[in-house]
Amino acid sequence: MLTRSAPNPTSKEAADAARPHVTIRSLSKRFASAVVYDSFDLDLPRGKLISIFGPNGCGKSTLINLIAGLIPRDAGEILFDGKPLSDIKFGYVFQNYREALFPWLRSFENIEYPLKLMKMPAAERRLRVERLVERLGVAIDLSKYPYELSGGQQQLISIMRALVVDPEILFLDEPFSALDYEMTLFMREQLQRVFLETGTTTLLVSHDLEEAVFLADYVLLLSRHPARVADYVPFAAPRPRSDATLSNSDFVATKAHCLEVFQREVRRA
Amino acid sequence: MKRLDPYLPIIGVVGLIALWYIAVWLKLVDPVLLPLPTDTFHAMWTGMTGGRLGRDFLYTVERTTAATVIAAVIAIPLGIVLGASERLYRSVEFVIDFFRSTPASAMFPLFLVLFGVGDRTKISVAAFGAALVILFNVAYGVMNARKTRLLAAKVMGASRLRTLFDVTLLESLPQTFVGLRNGVSLALVIVVVAEMFIGSTDGLGNRVFEAQQLFQMPDMYAAIFAAGALGYGLNLLFLLVERRFVHWSGK
Ligand SMILES: Nc1ncnc2c1ncn2[C@@H]1O[C@H](COP(=O)(O)OP(=O)(O)OP(=O)(O)O)[C@@H](O)[C@H]1O
Ligand SMILES: [Mg+2]
Repeated sequence: MLTRSAPNPTSKEAADAARPHVTIRSLSKRFASAVVYDSFDLDLPRGKLISIFGPNGCGKSTLINLIAGLIPRDAGEILFDGKPLSDIKFGYVFQNYREALFPWLRSFENIEYPLKLMKMPAAERRLRVERLVERLGVAIDLSKYPYELSGGQQQLISIMRALVVDPEILFLDEPFSALDYEMTLFMREQLQRVFLETGTTTLLVSHDLEEAVFLADYVLLLSRHPARVADYVPFAAPRPRSDATLSNSDFVATKAHCLEVFQREVRRA
Repeated sequence: MKRLDPYLPIIGVVGLIALWYIAVWLKLVDPVLLPLPTDTFHAMWTGMTGGRLGRDFLYTVERTTAATVIAAVIAIPLGIVLGASERLYRSVEFVIDFFRSTPASAMFPLFLVLFGVGDRTKISVAAFGAALVILFNVAYGVMNARKTRLLAAKVMGASRLRTLFDVTLLESLPQTFVGLRNGVSLALVIVVVAEMFIGSTDGLGNRVFEAQQLFQMPDMYAAIFAAGALGYGLNLLFLLVERRFVHWSGK
């Protein structure tokens, strides 16, 4: 399925695009209660948005936490362009923005915090943040504290905090599930814009199939644990996608297919 | 009507004073034991403006402040160290809880032997009591730092030390202030009790005790109210400082 997205293998760029960005080999992870991954293999393409969808507790969060190094793996190897995690910059967006942002820092200071850790001078930090704000067209008063902002705005701040380091890869674990429906729709637009603007390889865990398909270049469907790839479904509708996308036949068919695979996996006891 | 809400507390004060007057007029209480509110406030006014009460008030403020500062200087860093390692805290938790539950007044004789009759004993017993309260709160504040926030710092590449300073300490600040407020209240209690007994010649506790011994009831009530005002004021001070520096608390 991956080869389908590789257009012309002669140019250098195309060759880069065809080579997977993330390679996961023989990944194993068990918790006291369950073997979540057992010799799991997966390639993730560069510059694509991959949605991860699957039954409750199948290991979606565990997967991105293993890739992002938040939890240690028992065995296996995860490489980014052949490099280990410690060699790359990445961004991680938590579901619970309220507990992920620093309430003692203003929004601006929250966003520049990772740059501060990199010991970047203040003037340069300011420039970086301002450039990011401009590129994303964000209209939030960044001198406010996080708790003075709406939930969606707070999550946008965490996304910007993740993006400000120019990450090679962006992880989001159910980033919009704590928001109301209206805000969720708005944030989908925002995330799509971020992705279009930056082209960062993005891994998105979602529990909402419509959202997963709508945003994705590929939908990774996982089985119950020990998790296997139940299906890896491409969705190639042109971007920017809009409400019209939701009624387009390709979208409807892709979503129906994912649902079918999902239900088959849920029923498998 | 809502505009008047800030003035609601006045009702309780006025009510209390009214009850007081009624009790005096109806002679519900022996008039020698319960003077008129006006006499009491007069005693308070003359006492606080150049009288003994004002001087004793300052002594108590001084001792309570000294005790709280000593307690904070010792307990805050120690609480951070203990809180940063849950296993370390668990190993001393029983000892802390035990002495936290021991009435500090029971320690007077011991401290008297150690420090003799004088300010050092009063201040050190009060500091001892306050320190345990502060220590306990700081350690819990550090231990209960939001896991997500610590993880967020970690994924952004913060070292352990950096995370401690940038996240854990700030996370524990609201709880630290709870400890400081409880600590200063306890320090005041202990200081006032100490001033009543151990060979004391000054301080609010001594003022209350002496006025009672001499049957100067308006003076005694005045000293009690002064102690109340001091306790309330100290609490309010910490609340205001907290609101200023821990603006995110409870949000
Ligand atoms: N820290 C942990 N300790 C023990 N078991 C865990 C831990 N984290 C996850 N698990 C177990 O591992 C499995 C996968 O968890 P994970 O959180 O990755 O699932 P998920 O697909 O993200 O689920 P959800 O849809 O609820 O978010 C679950 O059965 C869960 O109970
Ligand atoms: Mg999850």
